[in-house]
Amino acid sequence: MAEIDGSCRVPLFLMFVSGAIWLVIASIFGLIASLKFHMPDLFANCAAMTYGRVHPVATNALIYGFGVQAGLGVALWVIARVGMTRAAQPWLIALGAKLWNFGLLVGVIGILAGDNTGFENLEIPRYGVVFLFLGYLLMAIFILATLHNRGERLLVPSQWFLLAALFWFPWIYFTANYLLLSHTPVRGITQAVIAWWYSGNLNLVWFGLVGLAVIFHFIRQLMNRPLYSRHLAAFTFWSIILFASWCGVPATAPVPAWIPSLSTVATVLTVVTALSVMVNIRKTCGTGCAQTENPAPGKFIAFGTMAFVVAWFLNALGAVPGVRSVTGLTWYGVGVWELNVFGFFTMTMIGAIYYIVPQVTGMQWPSVGSPKRHYWFALLGVLLIVAPLVIGGVVQGLNWRNVKMSDLDVAKNAVKFLRVTTIGEVFILLGNLMLLGNLIGLSVRYYKLHFVPVYKGALAEVKTAGVKP
Amino acid sequence: MRHGPLVFLAAFFALSASWFGFVLTPQVQLGRSVQETNSVMKAELYPNDRPGNARQGLEIYRANGCVYCHSQQVQQNGMLVNVVLTDAGKNTMAVADLLNEEHLGNFSGPSVGAGLPKTILTNASIDVATVLAKNVKTAGGVTQLRLVPVGPDIERGWGTRLTVAQDFVADATALPGSLRVGPDLANEGGRHRDLNWQYVHLYNPGAVTPKSPMPAYKFLFEQKKIGKQASPDALQLTGELKPAAGYEIVPKAEAKALVAYLVSLNSDTPLFEAPLTPPAPAKSTNAPAK
Repeated sequence: MAEIDGSCRVPLFLMFVSGAIWLVIASIFGLIASLKFHMPDLFANCAAMTYGRVHPVATNALIYGFGVQAGLGVALWVIARVGMTRAAQPWLIALGAKLWNFGLLVGVIGILAGDNTGFENLEIPRYGVVFLFLGYLLMAIFILATLHNRGERLLVPSQWFLLAALFWFPWIYFTANYLLLSHTPVRGITQAVIAWWYSGNLNLVWFGLVGLAVIFHFIRQLMNRPLYSRHLAAFTFWSIILFASWCGVPATAPVPAWIPSLSTVATVLTVVTALSVMVNIRKTCGTGCAQTENPAPGKFIAFGTMAFVVAWFLNALGAVPGVRSVTGLTWYGVGVWELNVFGFFTMTMIGAIYYIVPQVTGMQWPSVGSPKRHYWFALLGVLLIVAPLVIGGVVQGLNWRNVKMSDLDVAKNAVKFLRVTTIGEVFILLGNLMLLGNLIGLSVRYYKLHFVPVYKGALAEVKTAGVKP
Repeated sequence: MRHGPLVFLAAFFALSASWFGFVLTPQVQLGRSVQETNSVMKAELYPNDRPGNARQGLEIYRANGCVYCHSQQVQQNGMLVNVVLTDAGKNTMAVADLLNEEHLGNFSGPSVGAGLPKTILTNASIDVATVLAKNVKTAGGVTQLRLVPVGPDIERGWGTRLTVAQDFVADATALPGSLRVGPDLANEGGRHRDLNWQYVHLYNPGAVTPKSPMPAYKFLFEQKKIGKQASPDALQLTGELKPAAGYEIVPKAEAKALVAYLVSLNSDTPLFEAPLTPPAPAKSTNAPAK
């Protein structure tokens, strides 16, 4: 077991530390973007710091810097652990992660410089996308090779989810970027349809598959008991790939009505995904949810599970015809997105990181209480961001429909809710700094423990040999 | 589900279906649309190409992420009909009786024929309006039905009709948006044509809409010394915003392009998929334009 964990060490370290750095970057830019609503004059003379550039940097750093990267890292570890096999070519996976981070850095600088592509979740200009895509391929190919080397041939649920996700991302990412950013892009509103299709597939299908794989794995690992129903997990899997892959096009879209109608039907149907996960997890845990051996990772993952159910339920609710005429094009959708991407996916991955890193390094976290404190900060942050956005979205939607209220009053009224989310952003930032601090503290100790003695020994040998260093 | 190839095939099948539905089919249906002469009232090309400066402005709009706070998709809840009487016919008494019977006013023979065309029924459903039109026709009068799209967005003045796919055909990047922090801009050019208003609003939104939460875009402007004569584009600022004596605030090329784009946003042409009756043109007079 220790040997398997050790084989993942190099890529995991790189992916988790860079992921944590991107998470801090995301929350800093998120906080700046949030402050802009209260101080419209903030950085008004600086083009790179305008809201429309800072905000996409925050979302892209969160999605690609932390989300996809940490997701792949945790996926590698789960696949190696479940398959009882060493990571295949860990150095090439690490190289892939380096390419990925380089591409993202280039892309983020491109966005700040004004090369934003204009498509949500796909803002990174094409010179960054090339590196991201190659980096992903390198990582995914060797994670798949690790899966291929597994000891037990028959797959468990978390492996189905990860296998599908690994293959899903390059298809959607290539399709969207090729059709939108190549020299002869598709024209007109088709661009927006493809961007919505991509966003739905990334935010619901990819994050859903990877996040649930990690939840299913850790339920088994932390609770030390098998998943309640494999068939229910299969149902969850099919409902995600069949229904969630058709979500994303909003009902308000200015396209022929069959497209949003189909998307609405699919979105409403994803409620069965949320229900099946809820039943499966509840039946697995029974009453023992609180009795986990390692509290902090378990807390994060339990919160992630709840956030998943609530986020997917709210997402489906927002597509129901009577509701969406109020919630469409408001902060409601942003709140649900935050709950899904941060509350569900990021929290789950943070929990997994808090569990995995001590395993692969054989060391404890520098401060035992810190992961727990991080949990409370993150929890508070998510609640303070999501609740005002969802409630504020409904209020805003009702206000937009009340034509007696001027445009300015509606906008000003919504900013009241954003005051609370700004506080939430501060909590998220502090929590993310704790994660980064913990990772750095642990790496320093690891370095001191494993590298310094080796270096000193080598130096002593050189000296005794009589060669000047 | 326990075998790798099976899971792979499941994912492959599901993603292919979704790809076929939401990538390939929309491209086949919409991707090749061209500017068509399909406006309802007059045979003009729609949408017209934006002027070159406005096309560059779209790039500024995209680069600075205006789309995160402003949508360009007017919603419409339904369609109502106004019935306009254009001719009361020879037997004006019959038309007047009909209208009185329908409780649409208190008309007499001569009064119904005066001041035509006049609206006799507003915001009616299509069924009610067609019945009235038919009855007026039987009585010898002539009516015209005017289509009035309705919905909160339209009442707010954000546009005159539903935004449809055709509105985006001429643009390099289609940015319909997904969130309305501020108002919809689908018809911004129809609402704020004044260039100085647009410049001042970008330079400092609070100057024209007090306490606006919109960020200021001062980096699109520059302060410079007034030369021999003041620049024609210089912003007409008042109060605290006024630059020091001898200086003026002028828009950079980016601001000019962006404003050119904003005032080019105008989507009130009637289309077959989004019909409306445009307001009647002002009565032509021979007076010279002022």
